[in-house]
Amino acid sequence: MAGIELAGVSTVYPNGVRAVDALDLTVADGEFFALLGPSGCGKTTLLRTIAGLEQASSGSVSIGGADVTRLEPGVRKVAMVFQDYALFPHMTVSENIAYPLRVRRAPKPERAETAARTAAGLGLAGLLERRPAQLSGGQQQRVALARAMAMSAEVLLLDEPLSNLDARLRLEARTFLKRLQRDLGLTTVFVTHDQAEALAMADRIAVMSEGRIRQLGSPRDVFQRPADTFVANFIGSTPMNLLPAQVRNGRVEVAGAHLDPGGPHPDAPVTVGIRPEYLHEAPEGITGTVSIVENLGVTSLVTLECPQDVTVGLTVPEHEEPPVGSVLTVAPRPGRLLLYDSDTGQLT
Amino acid sequence: MTPRQVARRLAYTAFMAVVLAFFAVPMLWLASAPFDSDPGLGLRWPDWTLTNWQVTFEHPYALSSLVNSVVLCVVATAVTTVFATLAAYTLSRVRIPGRDALLYVLLLLSSVVTGTAAMVPIFVMMFQLGLTNSQYATGLVIAGGLLPAAIFILKDFVDSVPRSYEESARVFGASPTQVLLHVVLPVARPGIATILVWAFVQAWGNFLLPFLLMRDVSSQPAAVLLRTLRDEGGSANLTVIPVFSLLYAIPVVALYLFVSKRYGFRFHGGIKA
Ligand SMILES: Nc1ncnc2c1ncn2[C@@H]1O[C@H](COP(=O)(O)OP(=O)(O)OP(=O)(O)O)[C@@H](O)[C@H]1O
Ligand SMILES: [Mg+2]
Repeated sequence: MAGIELAGVSTVYPNGVRAVDALDLTVADGEFFALLGPSGCGKTTLLRTIAGLEQASSGSVSIGGADVTRLEPGVRKVAMVFQDYALFPHMTVSENIAYPLRVRRAPKPERAETAARTAAGLGLAGLLERRPAQLSGGQQQRVALARAMAMSAEVLLLDEPLSNLDARLRLEARTFLKRLQRDLGLTTVFVTHDQAEALAMADRIAVMSEGRIRQLGSPRDVFQRPADTFVANFIGSTPMNLLPAQVRNGRVEVAGAHLDPGGPHPDAPVTVGIRPEYLHEAPEGITGTVSIVENLGVTSLVTLECPQDVTVGLTVPEHEEPPVGSVLTVAPRPGRLLLYDSDTGQLT
Repeated sequence: MTPRQVARRLAYTAFMAVVLAFFAVPMLWLASAPFDSDPGLGLRWPDWTLTNWQVTFEHPYALSSLVNSVVLCVVATAVTTVFATLAAYTLSRVRIPGRDALLYVLLLLSSVVTGTAAMVPIFVMMFQLGLTNSQYATGLVIAGGLLPAAIFILKDFVDSVPRSYEESARVFGASPTQVLLHVVLPVARPGIATILVWAFVQAWGNFLLPFLLMRDVSSQPAAVLLRTLRDEGGSANLTVIPVFSLLYAIPVVALYLFVSKRYGFRFHGGIKA
């Protein structure tokens, strides 16, 4: 059992930056957990605090039920893959992979054997004698993974491991990583700023901003019901429509239309959130003029200019794109309209 | 080619020939004079003989001074390299207020410490400590003078070793000593090799300090002895000097070739995907 438990963890850098702020988090044993957030929100710092490379200024970190807050990184039995892979340039692939065993003073034959076995499992068999500089980005990533696995730790921390790969390789690596994690049953914390990556791979996602967790949940929860406007903005490959609106007499007045809030709601100014994917053409709803059509592959993103200076985006299937300049009336699918408090930005 | 171009070509070639000759003459002298039966200060085709070598080997101090030089330089080089490496690593990784100021002050002082200004205090100090006429002690003083610059240069090398190398070693359980031996030293090795050769060359050619601290002719290193090689009349001893100069040049060249081949002055550099 090697779950991770953080209780009230803050990490403050010597220059006073509070990169992680009183954060509570539990990652279950064997879970694939993604930390998602914009640049500078403290993801790397949180990961380093779990690994022990930064000391928590307050709060406690437990791994597998044992308090490790004040322990050195080496004894926490946590393997980490760095964003730049941090492969040792003067060692061969084989020596790199076997490094965790060298630290434990394992005999040379055992090291070579472990390196060969781990490398073979990751498709690196022919590269054992190369140096890191002679490998492609994808191969380097797999060597870094192999090295982390050779440590046979139960917790694996990955800091944006796919960000150095090109788009194609990234998709392959995603599937590969996910299968590997399933097979080994490792508790994995995965840092990324790519929301699509997090949605695709993780069992659960934490969306962070400014050192705090904004929302914690399954990819489906986070995608369908973002807890606040920050998360709503961040998640989704096409930006969510966030429109100023007013609830009056149980109806939502937005961009000249009256929509069903999907439940009772007190009269108040609100922000309406609707994903472009959840909008479709309807006899009644928000009416606007098509101004831009962007091709996204299977779908197209259509931008509508609506009354009250509001722009609304929606996706339409291929071959059904309306001509630019035409007038369209759209409505959200039932239950897909979210209302956020216009002051706090919280889901109401 | 226009005549103008030809003229320019000719002028350029002539100029290069003069420059080359300027640098080549001393080298050719070093190669020919030791084998000439009557070596002079000029350059000429030698009248081949090995007598100069015999005379030099029979000189009471010539060979022993080379040994003295080696001892002195090994001490100075070892002390400089080891301490500069440790200090550079520490200064690069530990945050202390005023670190950069400290480095600059050290660098500034170093030129004073072994510089002419401090000669008298250094001599008095070493004399009172009873450390004159000792290669080890002189080597230490020279190392003291070389250390600030060595630390300064090496710190730049160590600064460019990505921290994530060390951090990843630590995550895998490496102790601080293991981090240093397995990761930092090998990655900074070309820098260390550079410092090693530099320190050796500096110590090998240092005249003033050994001249001051080694009054006894039998303990003087080659750099000092070379200046005192005169015959009875007081003019330069041209039988011994050419051979001695050649012998004197060999260790530095050999060390350079060895280090360059074995360790390389190149830098591995970080990996960028
Ligand atoms: N060594 C450091 N000293 C001081 N402040 C730091 C240090 N490292 C990071 N910070 C600050 O802490 C905050 C969080 O940084 P962190 O590296 O954790 O962000 P991140 O979420 O990983 O960002 P990115 O996606 O760009 O990698 C930032 O404001 C950053 O400027
Ligand atoms: Mg980061």
